[in-house]
Amino acid sequence: MTTNATGPRTLGKVRPHQTQNEALLFEKSSPGKRAYMLPPLDVPAVDAASLLGVAKRDQGAELPELSEIEIIRHFTRLSTWNYAIDLGMYPLGSCTMKYNPRVNELVARVEGLAEAHPYRPDSLAQGILEVIDLLQHCLLEITGMDAITLQPAAGAHGEFTGILLVRAWHESQGNPRRKIIIPDSAHGTNPATAAICGYTVENLKSNAEGGIDLEALAAQVDSETAALMLTNPSTIGVFESQIARIAEILHAKGALLYMDGANMNALVGKARPGDFGVDVMHLNLHKTFSTPHGGGGPGSGPVVCKAFLKPFLPIPVLVQDKDGAKHWNYDRPQSVGRVRAFYGNVGMFIRALAYILANGPDGLRQTTEDAVLNANYIRKKLEDVFELPYKTASMHEVVFSDKLQAAKGVKTGDIAKRLIDYGFHPYTVSFPMIVHGALMIEPTESESLEELDLFIEAMRAIAKEVDETPELVKTAPHSTRVSRLDEVQAARKPILRWAPAVRPNAR
Amino acid sequence: MRYLPKSPAERKRILAEIGAASIDDLFAVIPAGNRLGRDLAVPRAHAESEVIDYFRAAGKKNATGYASFLGAEAYRHYRPVIIDSLVQRGEFLTSYTPYQAEITQGTLQAIFEFQTMIAELTGMDVANASMYDGSTGAAEAVRMAMRVTGREKAVVAATVHPEYREVMATYARHQELPSTLVGYDPETGRIDLAALEAAITQETAAVLVQSPNFFGVIEDIPAVAALAHAKGALLIVSIAEAVSLGIVRPPVEADIVSLEAQSFGVALSYGGPYCGVIAAKEQFLRQMPGRLVGQTVDGNGNRGFVLTLSTREQHIRREKATSNICTNQALVALMATIFLSVYGKEGIRELAEHNLAKADYAAKTLSAQPGAKLHFSGAPRFNEFVLQTREAPAAWSQRLMDKMIVGGIGLARWYPELGNATLWCATEMVTRAQIDTAAKALAAAPVEAP
Amino acid sequence: MAYPANYRYTREHEWIALTGSIGTIGITDYAQNSLGDIVYVDVPKVGDAVTAGATFGSVESVKAVSDLFSPVTGTVTAVNEELKSAPDKINADPHGAWIIKVELADPTQLNALLDAAAYEAFISEETGS
Repeated sequence: MTTNATGPRTLGKVRPHQTQNEALLFEKSSPGKRAYMLPPLDVPAVDAASLLGVAKRDQGAELPELSEIEIIRHFTRLSTWNYAIDLGMYPLGSCTMKYNPRVNELVARVEGLAEAHPYRPDSLAQGILEVIDLLQHCLLEITGMDAITLQPAAGAHGEFTGILLVRAWHESQGNPRRKIIIPDSAHGTNPATAAICGYTVENLKSNAEGGIDLEALAAQVDSETAALMLTNPSTIGVFESQIARIAEILHAKGALLYMDGANMNALVGKARPGDFGVDVMHLNLHKTFSTPHGGGGPGSGPVVCKAFLKPFLPIPVLVQDKDGAKHWNYDRPQSVGRVRAFYGNVGMFIRALAYILANGPDGLRQTTEDAVLNANYIRKKLEDVFELPYKTASMHEVVFSDKLQAAKGVKTGDIAKRLIDYGFHPYTVSFPMIVHGALMIEPTESESLEELDLFIEAMRAIAKEVDETPELVKTAPHSTRVSRLDEVQAARKPILRWAPAVRPNAR
Repeated sequence: MRYLPKSPAERKRILAEIGAASIDDLFAVIPAGNRLGRDLAVPRAHAESEVIDYFRAAGKKNATGYASFLGAEAYRHYRPVIIDSLVQRGEFLTSYTPYQAEITQGTLQAIFEFQTMIAELTGMDVANASMYDGSTGAAEAVRMAMRVTGREKAVVAATVHPEYREVMATYARHQELPSTLVGYDPETGRIDLAALEAAITQETAAVLVQSPNFFGVIEDIPAVAALAHAKGALLIVSIAEAVSLGIVRPPVEADIVSLEAQSFGVALSYGGPYCGVIAAKEQFLRQMPGRLVGQTVDGNGNRGFVLTLSTREQHIRREKATSNICTNQALVALMATIFLSVYGKEGIRELAEHNLAKADYAAKTLSAQPGAKLHFSGAPRFNEFVLQTREAPAAWSQRLMDKMIVGGIGLARWYPELGNATLWCATEMVTRAQIDTAAKALAAAPVEAP
Repeated sequence: MAYPANYRYTREHEWIALTGSIGTIGITDYAQNSLGDIVYVDVPKVGDAVTAGATFGSVESVKAVSDLFSPVTGTVTAVNEELKSAPDKINADPHGAWIIKVELADPTQLNALLDAAAYEAFISEETGS
């Protein structure tokens, strides 16, 4: 445990504290312990062997046998090893780690909604269909678009769906085209998506301001270009002020403008992509719309688009009868098909709508303003100690580089690990790729002035440590339950499951 | 707004520190013509009590209190209370993807436990940290088989969930992934083995079957595997009713298993979020999509867990990635992990046996009604069955609904050759009284006009 | 580390050593140093064809993947099986731990490649040192 006079302890964000150890469930298991009890059967019992014959399982899966209190303690102890938004700020760029309102969890569990089977008759589903309809209406209004699908399960899935729409439209025009242009600042899902939709990826180098080089774009777009995939604001947190011109260049050659909506937290209530030339985009409900990350998912990635793409939307599409009743319409001959079973991550729709209702128009706009305010505050307070590679105005996130610190042999990854000792989750490291040694910071609107100041204080203290005691930073973190884990061993000799030492009988 | 931790005075202070006259200065970078300039036309701000009222009203409109015999890849099972107690802990609910392993050991260890349990249940060597759901999991499994074998074609059973097949068609559309559909034996409801053998060629990357299949029938996995392997194709088994693994033998002959784990404690929630998983034999590990958690040690020799084999994934490979998938379904996978801990080795078997018993009673009782008979009675089933009725489903389903029962789903929309057949599911949540009431309502057909 | 004088090198940091018509191929010290700890090597099968300038596999570290480019055209005659369980051999001995052996269609292909001195000059240009 490291102590030093100007280190974490004196700054008031964290102090060390014991957390309980906890083995794997299987290591605590003992035959005969149980946490379940089924009610007695009210129908005749059956003999599985005679019903199933050779299909009967003869060897039970080695699942643990534990009592309820052991399970509660197990997972409670595990939870205490995690950092979380409920504990403090996540400065992760382009992740929008905002507050996950607790009322969202309550309403997602309302009985009529949580227990609804996806195949229940439409007449018994009017409640949830109205919820879906209202969410769709709100998202269309927020983005300035004409048509929507909520089916995609996550952002990457939404990108896939959006590019399918692009492709379907081009096919309907007679030529699917072959290429998609992607800026070198883009998130890795963008080129991965283009490839699985059958397009080749053409990289577009960013200009000196980290934005789109219009001349380069104009030169690159041709009659085989299907679309440009753009993130706006960009991954360096800068608004593409030439966006209308970019749309013109593309549309002039019959290409479309796809926008990655990951950074919508800078735009909600202030500007609408549909108004500045975007043809199709996806949203991340787990970013902009407060649905919880839950340790890595589930997300939800709705896709919104202009009217000319509506015929191609995945089936089914929600429609309303003359008498106001809603139902799912499957009769859509030009649809790209389904991107998943059923209708989408409805549990996340409920949470996102609850967030929108709690905010209203003023709340949504104020949220965006606070997000941009917070990012600019951090930029102002750190720009003298970290290099700012791009001087253009930041919106909701700011990107520094580790250039000043690299001169002392300390890289962004090291600084990020040292930030852990100061009680914060690291920012986004080494992304976007156009900035060497990037530190990508997005505070979101959910951070109080107090938390922001603690973060700034911590970053400044680390910058000082880089000058005075760089080894401390390079070998961080020092205060965590586990020190830096051996990722090389994990990749060379993967151990991906626990296994019993002795198995009772071969299967 | 109550989620925003700033006072007006603080906002002023910050603006002054930044050197901006007003917040508009910070948005000046957006050209005037692109700015919205008006309020969003969304509902006004709701108090917390109003938010709750809105959704409660929606829930009532959705009608509660109905017994349900619906299955078809979404199953109603009892959810132990501690699932929600634990997943609503902020440290699980509001935690990020575990890229920073030192401060997310809780999530990582829980996922490692999940991977272990899925491997145990399915009889595979490794399982990933989850995919979006069973339908996309099946599509990803087929693409995985194509990467492994270098072959391009798939053979798919018609008894795989129709919506799963639609999703595969969408994924296949732009990738030149032709697939052949193989029909089912009209007596047993199982895949037609002769037709299957004829359909598999040296260009087949994978054979995809579902078991229990869409009709609730358990496939003859060893026979299907033999046919696939004889021509160098991989066998993918998709499992939609995960509780079946408590009593049905795992498909150990498969190369890849695509599981939908929704039955393990994930609420129905009108279709999502659910919890797909891909499990496979060890030799295919590097072609598996999705996140993987591995065990390792830290600098002091303590055991710890990390995301591993990330080079398969989009954030490194970009256009050469095995998939574009970014999120997994961590929170719902955690629900499944807790569910499986509660039931454990003996409980999952007992739960499955209860399902067998309920479905058996329901099948016997319903098919005993006049005009009704059981379809595909020649093969073993788990908790679903197909009922053929003389009356069209549209006619009797309203009678059931009048008794607050939602009966089985009509199959004609996907299998027109099956006429009036309906698919019924009876889990441990269905009561004998509900089954008996459904049977009576079914039998109460109006007297036919002469 | 010195670069063996009897090897030839590519600008993608592979080396090749010729014995008769069999070329033995690996990656250079510069390459293994840039990659960091190698965790996996993806290799072709014996009998596969390789083409000069085209990829024949890849090398993975924890955080990065690098394509392997063939210096020559020919057919794979051997694959280093040791690398399956011990890919770190490349880090420890990059100029000894070979990846594949290739039967060359035309041994004079090596004349087009860099010699040790030219390769060393190339990497000093790359690193600006």
